[in-house]
Amino acid sequence: MSITLSPWNRYPKISSEKVISWTDRTKPLPKTPMIAYANGRSYSDVCLTSDGTPVLTRPLNKFIEFDRQTGKLKAEAGVTLQEILTLVVPQGWFLQVTPGTQFVTLGGALANDVHGKNHHSVGSFGNFVLNFELLRSDGQRLVCSPDTNQQWFEATIGGLGLTGLIVWVEIQLQPINNPAMVVQSESFSNLTRFWDVNSKHSSTSPYTVAWLDCAATGRKLGRGVFFAGRHAGALNTYPTHPETTKSVPIESPVSLINRFSLKAFNALYARQPTKPEGFIQHYIPYFYPLDAIKNWNRLYGKKGFFQYQCVLPMESAPEGLNLLLKDISKSGQGSFLAVLKTFGDIPSKGLLSFPRPGATLALDFANRGNSTLRLLSKLDEIVKDHGGALYPAKDGRMSSEMFKHSFPLWEHFSESIDPYFCSDFWSRVSR
Amino acid sequence: MNPTNRALIIGATSAIAESCCRKLIGEGASLVCIGRDANKLESLKQDLLVRATGEQQVHCITADLTDTEAHHALLQEAHTLLPDIDSVLIAHGSLPDQKACEQSYNETAKQININALSVISLLTELANDFEKKGKGVIAVITSVAGDRGRQSNYVYGAAKGMVSTFLQGLRNRLSKSAVSVVDIKPGFVDTPMTASFDKSGPLWAQPEQVAEGIIQAMKKGKDEVYLLWFWRWIMLIIKLIPERIFKKLSL
Repeated sequence: MSITLSPWNRYPKISSEKVISWTDRTKPLPKTPMIAYANGRSYSDVCLTSDGTPVLTRPLNKFIEFDRQTGKLKAEAGVTLQEILTLVVPQGWFLQVTPGTQFVTLGGALANDVHGKNHHSVGSFGNFVLNFELLRSDGQRLVCSPDTNQQWFEATIGGLGLTGLIVWVEIQLQPINNPAMVVQSESFSNLTRFWDVNSKHSSTSPYTVAWLDCAATGRKLGRGVFFAGRHAGALNTYPTHPETTKSVPIESPVSLINRFSLKAFNALYARQPTKPEGFIQHYIPYFYPLDAIKNWNRLYGKKGFFQYQCVLPMESAPEGLNLLLKDISKSGQGSFLAVLKTFGDIPSKGLLSFPRPGATLALDFANRGNSTLRLLSKLDEIVKDHGGALYPAKDGRMSSEMFKHSFPLWEHFSESIDPYFCSDFWSRVSR
Repeated sequence: MNPTNRALIIGATSAIAESCCRKLIGEGASLVCIGRDANKLESLKQDLLVRATGEQQVHCITADLTDTEAHHALLQEAHTLLPDIDSVLIAHGSLPDQKACEQSYNETAKQININALSVISLLTELANDFEKKGKGVIAVITSVAGDRGRQSNYVYGAAKGMVSTFLQGLRNRLSKSAVSVVDIKPGFVDTPMTASFDKSGPLWAQPEQVAEGIIQAMKKGKDEVYLLWFWRWIMLIIKLIPERIFKKLSL
C-alpha cells in the first residue's frame, strides 16, 4: 500500500510506500532518512521526501499548557492555528503573527518562519516563539529559546524542518477585546499610487496588505485595492462568523483558472466599492478569506499550480515590481490573488528566515508546464538583479543558484541539519 | 436525550476516542479515561485540562484491557474517581494483520481477544451496573467490517461482528431498564491506524466527523449508527449480494 503526498498546490506529488504516523511526543525517532509532513499547506517540496520516510505529525495535536493570565500557550507541533484560535479567542487572546490560512500547524509555522499582514509592525512568527523542543535522531531532546541552545533556535526557526523533529512549541499571544477587526479599504490606480497609500496606512495600522490586478497593463499597471486593519476596541456587539463553508467537490480535469476567468475576476475585484472610512469584520473572513472555500486548490486541476513569492529590498522595489508586473501581464498567466505588502525592519530570528526589509509580492500560476516554468525563470532573473529573495515555503522549483543567492547563510545553516533529515527541496537547492 | 455529563471512555487514546473526549469536554463534561499507554494518557489529560474550565474533572487510569480478570476492579476504580457515571464509550481495538492471522491460530485468538472478548467482559460488568441504575447509555465502536466476512479482513470482521450481535441481545435485555445500547459502525476513518492507506477516495472521514456522530448517537440513544451515514447503504448492498457470487469477489 502506498499513499500520495503533495503540498497544497498539488505539485509535485510523490508516492510513498512507508509513512510513519507520529502520535506520541515521548517516542524516540527511527533511524531512517525522514522529514516531517504536517498539514501539507506549504506550496513546495520542503515537506516531501522521495527516498526517505515522511513522518506525519498532524496527529501530534495536543495542547500542553495555556496561561490565561499571561497569554503563553504551549502545544504539540501538529496543532493547527485554527485549533489554537478556537481555544484562545473566547479567552481574549490572538496569535501575534498569522499567515493567510489558519490550517497550518505550529511546527510548520515555525519551520517556515511564516509572516502575516502585520510584519511591518511586529516581525515574523519566530519573534514570538518563547521556546520549543527539538528531537534529534541521536535521541537528544533540546529545549531551545533565544537564550538556551541558541544555535539550534536560530537554525530551526525557518529551518524547513531539517534540524530535527519539532515536538512542541511555546508561543506568546497578544491580548484582544473581541473577535472583531476594523478594516479600511482603498483602491489605488497604479503602482506609484500604491506607495503613497501604503506609507499613509503603515504608520497607523498594524495590519496592511494590497491586492493587485495583475491583468492590468499600461497606465493601470499595478492597480489594486489596499486593506488596512486593526483589532477592534471594546464593542457592545460584534459580528459572528457562520460555520458554513463552500467546497470545491472534485478536482477539475483542466484548470478553471485561465486567461478569460482571470481577466473577468480581476476586473470585477478592482471595481468593488471601497470603504476608506472603515468597517467591522470578523477575524476569520479578514485573515482567512480563502479558507472559506474548502479544497480551493482543486480549481487548478490535476496539474496543480505554482506559488511565487519574492521580496525585493526597498530601494530597488519600485523598479523591480514594475518589471515583474509587466512580464506577468504580458504572459497572460496572471493569478487570482496577487498580493503586495511591505515588510518592516524588525529582524527575523532564523538563519534561513525569508522576511527581511522590503516589498513582497505573492502570486499563483496555473501549471501549464514549460511555459509557466519559463515565465518563473524570467521573474527569477528580475528578482536576482534587484537583490531580492524567494520564499522556500512557496516554491517547489527554485534553482540551487536562486536559493543560495536568497539565503547567503545557507552553508552555516547546513551544519545544524540532522544527519537523518532530508527533503526533496533541500536535495535540489543544496546541490 | 441521554445526558453525557459524566462519561467513561475506554480506549481513550485512539484518534476517534480522543476526538470524542474533546467534544465532551467542550460541552462541559467530566471524564474518566482508560488507556494502555501511560504517556499518551498523560498528554491527553493535559490537553483536555487546557480545554476544560475549573470545575470539570479529568481522571486517567492506565490498564491492559486484555486482562479481563482486572475489569471488575478497574470499573470500581472508575466509579470511585467519578461517581454517577452516566455514559460509557468503549473504543479500544486493534487492526490485525490478516495474513499473519491466516498463518497462526494464536495470532487470530489474540486479535479476537482484544477486539471482542475484552469488550464483552467489560459489557458484562457495565450492563449489570446500568441495569440496576435503570438509566444511562453504553456505546461501543464496532465496524462495518462486522457486517459481512471478506477475505481481506475476516478475523477483524468476525470479532467486530461478535460484539455487534452481543450488543443486539444486550439492547433487547436492557430496553426495559431504559438503558441505551448503541452500536457504532465506522467505515474508513483517517487515523494513525490507517496511516499507510491511500485516502484519495471519497469514502474517508475525519475522526472529528465520526466523533460528532458518536456523541449525537449516544445522546439520542440510537440503536445502531453507521458513520458516515452512507455506509448503511453501502453495507446493505454488500449484504444483499448472494453468497455464490460474493465468494468469487476479491473484497
